[in-house]
Amino acid sequence: MLCQNCQKKAAKVHFTHIVNDNKVEVFLCDDCAREKSKININMPMDLSTFITSFMGFNNETVNTERHSGDFVCQVCRLGYSDFKKTGKVGCSNCYEAFKEKLGPVLKRIHGSDTHTGKIPAKLSSGIKLSREIKELKNDLNKAVRDEEYEKAAEIRDRIKILQSAGEGG
Amino acid sequence: MDGWYVEKGPESDVVVSSRVRLARNINNYSFPDRLDSQKAREVVDNIKKIVLESEECKSYGFKFYDMHKLSSLDKNILVEKHLISPDFAIKQNVSGALISSSEQISLMINEEDHLRIQCLFPGMQLENASSLCNRMDDLLESELDYAYSVGYGYLTCCPTNIGTGIRASVMLHLPALVMTGYVRKVLEACGKIGIAVRGIYGENSEAAGNLFQISNQVTLGQDENEIISGLKNVVSQITERERTLRRELYMKEPYRFEDNIYRALGILKNARIISADESLKLFSRVRMGVDMGILKNVDSQVLNELILLVQPACLQKQVDEELKQGDRDRVRADMIRKKLRFDD
Ligand SMILES: [Zn+2]
Ligand SMILES: [Zn+2]
Repeated sequence: MLCQNCQKKAAKVHFTHIVNDNKVEVFLCDDCAREKSKININMPMDLSTFITSFMGFNNETVNTERHSGDFVCQVCRLGYSDFKKTGKVGCSNCYEAFKEKLGPVLKRIHGSDTHTGKIPAKLSSGIKLSREIKELKNDLNKAVRDEEYEKAAEIRDRIKILQSAGEGG
Repeated sequence: MDGWYVEKGPESDVVVSSRVRLARNINNYSFPDRLDSQKAREVVDNIKKIVLESEECKSYGFKFYDMHKLSSLDKNILVEKHLISPDFAIKQNVSGALISSSEQISLMINEEDHLRIQCLFPGMQLENASSLCNRMDDLLESELDYAYSVGYGYLTCCPTNIGTGIRASVMLHLPALVMTGYVRKVLEACGKIGIAVRGIYGENSEAAGNLFQISNQVTLGQDENEIISGLKNVVSQITERERTLRRELYMKEPYRFEDNIYRALGILKNARIISADESLKLFSRVRMGVDMGILKNVDSQVLNELILLVQPACLQKQVDEELKQGDRDRVRADMIRKKLRFDD
């Protein structure tokens, strides 16, 4: 297994720490573990809940060609190379973990990388607002480019109103 | 049978059925392939509880199927009826299905995604299928925390479903397009605009029964209505072309055209042994005769039912015994004769 921080060296240290009542496990190489514990020592609350344990990896040989530059999802542990084999991701966090590589893939499949469809009712008002602001900002750029300053001013006012509405609720 | 498929839908001379399905996942659970059985059980139990306890869902008469407890025959019947996917039937993980009494709504739990909501309607009814899916989705969403991102929309196991998570499809009967060879051009044209076409029931690339499934491929960057209306537009063009070709073929050689149809009916009414493939081919000719008003005494809804009943698992269920290949063809011929004489 590779270090989940640098993705370069074999992981030797197993960290378990508690964040907001959730147990988070991380596998790190010696170097990253040292770095990590420095940071954590500086954070006072963390010391008591910070457990390190050494894992017996028996010098597992690491295929560097496969692993170098591979992204690994911290939640489900799927590697980007695994995704390339199956075409399926392991959890919703994978999209975040592989963002850099998946963005172009999505563009190739769908011709777009931005959702414009249904919004869950729970999130509805906030997302609708930010979508509208985003569209208005595009309009604003266009108006400025076309030197339609009167129109640009109108759009800017509208954006301001929407932004303050968003902050208010 | 009293499922949705015995009703007659709009444009049913070409459009056999419409289907919409939504892919959804639940936050903080890995996708089914990477989920341990305890967590997978939680997903199944959660969704089952929401649906079975919902007031609104009561009228649909949902029944829960634990996939582990279902025989492979029963699973195959659900596959043949398009209520679950073939992949789902052979999955080993903890999974379940909720199916409404009319078999119009089915929910697959822990297929490739945690939840697949599917609605089926006869004829051209993509909007109805979509709005029913949407209602089920709203209902579940009020109780579940979906995996959703502002930029990517609904997050799915396969990036080909991300965004809206919607797959809309229609089953089309295209005998004239196949006969004239135009179907290849249609398939090519569809491929270029992001519409997928595949033959149904056929082995290899040949579509037995001239039945094709046409569906959207793009799920991201277009909203649900754009996707549905895009597909509808393509389907209506194909439908018009099919109708025109049928008329032209009939006008060109009316006797030969009718002969072809009556012979097909003759074989179906008299055969003692018949394979699923042959029966599907003959159903296609008879169906075209019915839809063009040439055959008056056959009900096209009986043909819809027969297409299902001749499939291996459905056939075995009717006679309630396991059938060998040779016996199947005999039992199938008996069943078809019985069904068709009924409407003579
Ligand atoms: Zn490291
Ligand atoms: Zn993941």
